[in-house]
Amino acid sequence: MEELHKSPAYPDRDRLYKGPIAIIECIEEIPCNPCEAACSNGAITIGESITNLPKMDFEKCVACGRCIPACPGLAIYIKDYTYSDTKALLSFPYEYYPLPEVNDIVEAVDRHGNTLCQAKVIKVRNPKSNDHTAVVTIEYPKEYFEEVISIKRIK
Amino acid sequence: MIQTELAIVGAGPAGLSAAIEARRAGADVLLIDENARPGGQLFKQIHKFFGSRAHKAGTRGINIGTELLRESQELGIRTCLKGEVCGIENGQNLWVVIDRNRSEIVKAKKIILATGATENAVAFPGWDLPGIMGAGAAQTMINVNRVLPGRKVLMLGSGNVGVIVSYQLLQAGADVVAVLEAAPKLGGYGVHTAKVARAGVPFYVSHTVKQAFGTDHVEAVEIVKLDASFNQIPGTEHIMEADTVCLATGLTPLTELAWLAGCKFKYLPALGGHLPIHDDRMRTTKENIFVAGDITGIEEASTAMEEGRLAGINAAADLGYISEEEAKIRSREIWDSLNCLRSGYFGQKRRESKDLMLQTGNEVIQWKIH
Repeated sequence: MEELHKSPAYPDRDRLYKGPIAIIECIEEIPCNPCEAACSNGAITIGESITNLPKMDFEKCVACGRCIPACPGLAIYIKDYTYSDTKALLSFPYEYYPLPEVNDIVEAVDRHGNTLCQAKVIKVRNPKSNDHTAVVTIEYPKEYFEEVISIKRIK
Repeated sequence: MIQTELAIVGAGPAGLSAAIEARRAGADVLLIDENARPGGQLFKQIHKFFGSRAHKAGTRGINIGTELLRESQELGIRTCLKGEVCGIENGQNLWVVIDRNRSEIVKAKKIILATGATENAVAFPGWDLPGIMGAGAAQTMINVNRVLPGRKVLMLGSGNVGVIVSYQLLQAGADVVAVLEAAPKLGGYGVHTAKVARAGVPFYVSHTVKQAFGTDHVEAVEIVKLDASFNQIPGTEHIMEADTVCLATGLTPLTELAWLAGCKFKYLPALGGHLPIHDDRMRTTKENIFVAGDITGIEEASTAMEEGRLAGINAAADLGYISEEEAKIRSREIWDSLNCLRSGYFGQKRRESKDLMLQTGNEVIQWKIH
C-alpha cells in the first residue's frame, strides 16, 4: 500500500474521498501505454518512453471509466466515496464467467482475495469494444472503502 | 525438392512477422512449422498484451495471431505445416520431415530460424505422475483444446508464465491452490500477480515441491521451504491436495538447428543460456542464416514480432528486394521500438545482455550483403 500511495497515479486522501475518481494501481515500469489514449480528457499521461509510470491529472478525470477495460493489466478501477450516506461505489474489470447480474449480492474482497463484506451489483457493462473485459459496478459499506478492490469469483 | 528464396523455420510471432515483411518486399517465402496450425504460442495467449498502442498493445494475443495469419494469407505466403525441420546443410538446405512420413529437401537462398523456446522442467520424486505438466501445456489444454487438466492446480514458478497461466486456469474454472516461488521474491509483473492474489490464491516465496504423491495421477504435493542457498529446510514440509501441478520454471531457446548449421554461440544467462551470435540485422555468424524471436533470447511476443520484422526486412534486402539504405532506415525504427520494449526495471537486464550480443555480433559477423 505504501508503494501505491507514492505512485503518481494514486490520488491523495482528500481527492480520494471527494467524489468519483479513477485509480491506477500500476507501480512498475512495464512497457505499456494503452491507458493514455483511452482517456479522452487527457487525464492520463505516459509520455514518450512507454515504460514511464502513468501520471493522473485528478482535475481532468471525470470518472467515465473508459480506462478500465483498456488496461491490459486490469489495474484500473473507479471508486466513489460520496455515492450515498452509507455506501461507496466501485467499478472494476472482471474477466470470469459467469458474469454477475444486476442486484446480485456478491462477496467484496481485498487485494489478497479476503472477503470483507457483502456488496450489491449495480451495473454490468460488457460491450464488444471492451473485448471481453466486463466492467462491474458494486455498492458496498463505506467502512471498507479503501480495502475493497474486486469481488469473489462466481462459480 | 522445394526451392525458395527465403525459408523461415517456425511460424510463431517472429516467423510470421518475418515472412510478412519479406513477402511484402517481394521475396518468395516458404514458412515451415511443425504444428498443424501456424501462430506459435499466440493462439493460447488469451490475455491483453502490454506494449505500445502503436504495436497492438491492449489486444489479446489470440487476436494478434489471427491478424498476422490474415495478413500472411493475403500476401500468399507459402506454408508447410506439420513440417519438422530435422537438418540443415551448407546454410541453405533444410531437411524437412512432413506429416511424420515423408522427407523433403528445401533449398533456400536465405534462412531465418525462428524456432522459439521450450519449457524447463524440474525433477522431484513423483514428477512423472500424470497431472504434472509444463504450465504452457496446461495453457494449451485450456485455451486451445478447451480441456481442463484438473480442478486443483499447484503452480510452481511465479514468473509471468506462472501468474498468467494461473489466472487463465481460474478463468477456465479451476482452483489454483498455491503459487510457489523458489526465490525469496515473486517474479512476475505486479499487475499479473495482483489479479491472481485478489482471486484469493496464496503465494509462497522461498518454497518448492519436495515430492508428489498419487497412484495413477497426482493427488497431493509435499511442499518445503528453501533457505537463501535454495536448500530444503527439514521440518518445514507440508502437504497440499492437488490434482495438477504446473511447472512454470523458465524457458530454454530451441537452438538445435543453429548448432547444426555451425553458428557460433554466446552464453547470456539473463536471456536463457547459449544463444546464436547475431548482429543488429539479425544475421548469425553463418552466411545466409538469420535468427529472430526466442531463439535469440527468452523475451515476449512483442519483442519477437519486432525481431521477426528486422530479420524479414534484412533478409529481403540481402536478396536484393530492398535497398541497403531503406533497410537501414527501417531497421533503425524497429530498434527504437525494441529499445523501448526493453527499458524499465524488467527490461533493463535483457537490454544489457542484448547489447553485449550485438557488440559481439557486429564485431564478428562479416558476411557481405549480396
